[in-house]
Amino acid sequence: MGAGHAHKLYRHGHSPVHELPPHCKIAATAAFVIVVVSTPREAMWAFGLYAVLIAAVAAAARIPAGFLLRRLLIEVPFVLFAVLMPFVSQGERVDVLGMSLSVSGLWGAWNVLAKGTLGVAASVLLASTTELRALLLGLQRLKLPPLLVQIASFMIRYGDVITDELRRMSIARRSRGFEARGIQHWGVLAKTAGALFIRSYERGERVYLAMVSRGYAGSMPVIDDVTATRAQWAYSAVLPVTALAVCLMGWTL
Amino acid sequence: MHVPDGFIDAPVSVAAGVAATAAVAVSLRGARRELDERTAPLAGLVAAFIFAVQMLNFPVAAGTSGHLLGGALAAILVGPYTGVLCVSVVLLMQGILFADGGLTALGVNILNMAVVTVLVSYAVFRVLLRLLPSGRRSVTVAAFAGALLSVPGAAVMFTLLYALGGTTDVPIGKVFTAMVGVHVLIGLGEALITAATVGAVIAVRPDLVHGARGLAAPLKLRIGGQLVDAPAAAPVPAAARSTRKLWLTGLVTALVLAGFVSFYASSSPDGLEKVAADKGIDAKTKEHAAADSPLADYSVKDVDDARLSGGLAGVIGVGATVAVGSGIFWAVRRRRAQDLTASSTAAPSAS
Repeated sequence: MGAGHAHKLYRHGHSPVHELPPHCKIAATAAFVIVVVSTPREAMWAFGLYAVLIAAVAAAARIPAGFLLRRLLIEVPFVLFAVLMPFVSQGERVDVLGMSLSVSGLWGAWNVLAKGTLGVAASVLLASTTELRALLLGLQRLKLPPLLVQIASFMIRYGDVITDELRRMSIARRSRGFEARGIQHWGVLAKTAGALFIRSYERGERVYLAMVSRGYAGSMPVIDDVTATRAQWAYSAVLPVTALAVCLMGWTL
Repeated sequence: MHVPDGFIDAPVSVAAGVAATAAVAVSLRGARRELDERTAPLAGLVAAFIFAVQMLNFPVAAGTSGHLLGGALAAILVGPYTGVLCVSVVLLMQGILFADGGLTALGVNILNMAVVTVLVSYAVFRVLLRLLPSGRRSVTVAAFAGALLSVPGAAVMFTLLYALGGTTDVPIGKVFTAMVGVHVLIGLGEALITAATVGAVIAVRPDLVHGARGLAAPLKLRIGGQLVDAPAAAPVPAAARSTRKLWLTGLVTALVLAGFVSFYASSSPDGLEKVAADKGIDAKTKEHAAADSPLADYSVKDVDDARLSGGLAGVIGVGATVAVGSGIFWAVRRRRAQDLTASSTAAPSAS
């Protein structure tokens, strides 16, 4: 399970952002998102500046804009929701293009859209510049309980295996002429899910036995510990600190 | 529903994060008891299973389809603690890797979709299992009921958080009407799928279903032509913790239900976004979510006023959420302490 397990969200590269230790990046991303969320929504210009900051980081990481924008599509359901808000909110109303819209709804929609989009963009940048394994290592360095990190790493490692098993079952069903068309076919699909659970669980037991036979005693050895120098911390702190400055300006202006 | 950044204000997000952290910490210990040192590989594989099974589409009719949320299923198949852990890990990875659900809203998401769904479904499941005659059919029925209530339960929790720290304001009436319908629908689908899946697993490997461990017939050996009881295996955890745990989970459920009644306009839990999107009902669902926010003065018109009331709402939110969170923590820890003494007394006799 060692090599070649880069997920498709990761974009290989050697930019300064890629080179940063993972825990610095995770901490910087989290700090940035917290700062963005606590910015008052009336300071619209601040969100523009945040977007510029994100774009600058993306440029430093040599992530093409198209890649970033495509990944932002995950947010679409919430955009739809935000669009509805001005129509259903209450309070003072304004006429825009002949439609009566709620002022507070407009602000609410703006708030969710701006902060949500910036948050998604920051996470996308993190995921596309950090390898999965490094990400997990970074989480561990950030004092996430080792057991939780182990569970997450097993989930990531076997996620593709389990998903492929599900796909093989689907191919087997279809090659026998089955096509799920409605609720009357849920029984078959539920049996698929049940079989998948049994296979996953039994695989887990086999994995455990294999680990025990190789000396596993409840904790995983850390063989490639990453440490961050002060300079690297300072470098990764540039983004959240700049954002904080913008945020403070947003509160005072 | 995966809540994005900026949907719930900062103080309430932080409080939800604290509560979620406490719940995950408790689950980490609890899962060790459910799975001992096999926790990491087994919980990891079950998390991968939940991740995969969320991709299994269940067609409803005319091109629409839904899929499983998995909280109730995980709780019943592998036990509540492992269930919370698995769903939390899935949410964590979705948040970090796929940007599905905001990083600052991670606590909110875990609280809604992992902790509440698992607690509600498992409590209902256990209570029903007690009341119903023992048998496979009862397990399926109890699983159905547990999953049915877990979705509205998560919706209630979301509503509660939204009421405390929502950043938008939408009339409660609209939300209420739309939300109830949507959640009954989603819960029904979840319940059907969960019950059928649990039934399918029980038919093949009943020993793997955590919720059905009481069903196993005692092992008999035929020695010299006579049936003899086999030497007792390790004690069944479920038996040791029955009453007290049941009582406490019942209390938690009651609290959740009380929250449901009072705050009635719920929004969507974790399944919301996915199932709703799949079913094409997002619009309504989200409208709901936004709709009910009693403390939503926070919104914009006059800045001074808004900030003041926003701060107040934040303070109230933090206080209430911390109180609820620590209450749950306390309850679970008590439960755990009791379990420990129970198992430590039971262990010597078994070994």
